[in-house]
Amino acid sequence: MARLDLSQKLAILSDAARYDASCASSGTTRRDSRDGKGLGSTEGSGICHAYAPDGRCISLLKILMTNFCIYDCAYCINRVSSNVQRARFSVDEVVQLTIEFYRRNYIEGLFLSSGIIQSPDKTMEDMLRIAKRLREVENFRGYIHLKTIPDAAPELIEEAGLYADRLSINVELPTDNSVKAYAPEKNPVTIRKAMGDVKSRKDMAGERSYTGKRGKRFVPAGQSTQMIVGADGSTDATILGQSTQLYGDYKLKRVYYSAFSPIPDATAKLPLIKPPLVREHRLYQADWLLRFYGFGVDEITAARPDGNLDLEVDPKLAWALQNRAQFPVDVNKASKEMLLRIPGFGTRTVGRILSTRRHRRLRYEDLLRMGASLKKAQAFITALDWSPGGLTDSINLRARFAPPPEQLSLF
Amino acid sequence: MYTVPLPRIGTDIAWRDAAKRLIGAGVSPDDVLWDFDNEMGELFATAAALPPLTRRIKAPQSFVQMADWVVWHKDPQRFARLYALLWRLRHQPGLMQDRADPDLAKLRHMEKGVHRCKHKMKAFVRFRDLRQGGARRSFAAWFEPTHHTVEPTAPFFARRFADMDWMIATPDVTAQFVDGNLSFHPGQPKPDLPEDAAEALWGTYFCNIFNPARLKVSAMTSEMPKKYWKNLPEAQHIQGLIAGAEAKVQQMRDNAPTLPPERAAKIKRQLRDDQE
Ligand code: SF4
Repeated sequence: MARLDLSQKLAILSDAARYDASCASSGTTRRDSRDGKGLGSTEGSGICHAYAPDGRCISLLKILMTNFCIYDCAYCINRVSSNVQRARFSVDEVVQLTIEFYRRNYIEGLFLSSGIIQSPDKTMEDMLRIAKRLREVENFRGYIHLKTIPDAAPELIEEAGLYADRLSINVELPTDNSVKAYAPEKNPVTIRKAMGDVKSRKDMAGERSYTGKRGKRFVPAGQSTQMIVGADGSTDATILGQSTQLYGDYKLKRVYYSAFSPIPDATAKLPLIKPPLVREHRLYQADWLLRFYGFGVDEITAARPDGNLDLEVDPKLAWALQNRAQFPVDVNKASKEMLLRIPGFGTRTVGRILSTRRHRRLRYEDLLRMGASLKKAQAFITALDWSPGGLTDSINLRARFAPPPEQLSLF
Repeated sequence: MYTVPLPRIGTDIAWRDAAKRLIGAGVSPDDVLWDFDNEMGELFATAAALPPLTRRIKAPQSFVQMADWVVWHKDPQRFARLYALLWRLRHQPGLMQDRADPDLAKLRHMEKGVHRCKHKMKAFVRFRDLRQGGARRSFAAWFEPTHHTVEPTAPFFARRFADMDWMIATPDVTAQFVDGNLSFHPGQPKPDLPEDAAEALWGTYFCNIFNPARLKVSAMTSEMPKKYWKNLPEAQHIQGLIAGAEAKVQQMRDNAPTLPPERAAKIKRQLRDDQE
């Protein structure tokens, strides 16, 4: 095999990394390099330095250390049985790419993952060498996200947490059975154990010892995971039930949903479908409602008998359409909980309504001026000079929001 | 009638100082003209001196913070609008919580515009290596902001890129950071910056992190509007990526599943033995 140059390796190893949805660089500790002895800063909210034509944010240099892999996960381009071209970065190459991209303000930092080479421990050790070099030799103070190999020794995962802002361990598929079927070398129990270890280690770091000292910094931006959607037959109710459990048990910062998307050299086991992008989008919306709007999984998934979300309208609107008896809601009187359930209103709008209500009785115009979106909401609210009349209960209300049937295209 | 000259560099401090003096002396908004960077010319140069600062002026913290953003907006009315609201706040201290007030709503909207511009500047400035040798590396960028955001955004770059020298040149104001010292200079035409080989690698990354099966052009352009493209080295690839996306996906579908490479069976056997 001819030797690959840096650019060729970068092409192969970023191509292989694009199936990981996360590119977040937010929520870590505040750091800077004003002392002149290092490079980089993090200030709470992350920055998207570019957007690709797939609409996704590019915040981090997201690459694989290598796409050689001894496992055979059916959904993955890097699986051992695929004929994709293989490459491997040296420690030095990853470090240089990260630093040089960072200096030109292309990125917030590095998101490093890897196929499994030789053994999980060996792979994790190599990834750690990169992270350690960045932190200790280059004095890099930007963001580092390491995708952890769940089968690696706990000490290695623990060490990773000292360098990384975020660790992630992918659960990959929504149920244990699907993992067994499509990722035969992976073990759901091991995956959960690794997530549990990270959580308890992070809890420990937050506590003060009896001398009042805080433990060492450990993954300040927390841990996240990813589930592939649409490769197996799991329903949205199953998926959301699983995420609720993950958020609860492991205090995850985020669960990412990744629509199963065609890969080069796919296996016959998983026929290529058009990636279910709308479904993925609805899952994110539902996930948001579960975490910030006080909804329960069963409320959200009750709208349809098959346990899947309505693809045509967003889950909050779907819920409101099913529960019209609770509407219209008076924006001048309703509780915060009920305001949060109005389709089209976000947490920010609700906050503004609550604060402005102390000064005036709200009219339709007032809501518009404070930036509320009323396209959906108007059917579900009353204001001083606004009543939806029969709109709330009209039979064709759903049709007003659902998109007209899409033209079918060949795929 | 007062005419208040406001400099292009240091606008925020000058505006705040003048506003405090004028409010303190009870000068109505109707009696103030704000002259940004001498735009009014000689005609108004013979202005009365500002009243002295006689007492401590109080304003809600939320107003002060909002004004710190709005002064950088490109709307020529920004100073007058801010001062008019400050004037109303004297008798309506709760006004800042009233999100439905039209004057406040307008200022909040302007604040948001500056906020966004500042955020986009942090995201889209692209440095080139000047390869000048010496102990510190040096980089330079050309950027075209929508509002006057170089000055309030430059400290972000100073915190982040403290171990190198850099310059961000813009038509409005140019920021320079040399040996740890940040300074501002008048705007300038686009300088000739040397080619930087890293841009090709960055382009390679941009092309390969893109997933052609998920084409969603409007989601990209709403966050990365076309007006920024001409100064983004990666943007030259966008048209080609969009045009070739469908063919790429079709090709993935058409390729029949291949036989696993020979080594796969061996590796899998080995792995099974290990796990047992
Ligand atoms: S372990 Fe599975 S998912 Fe990870 S790189 Fe290997 S084949 Fe892909």
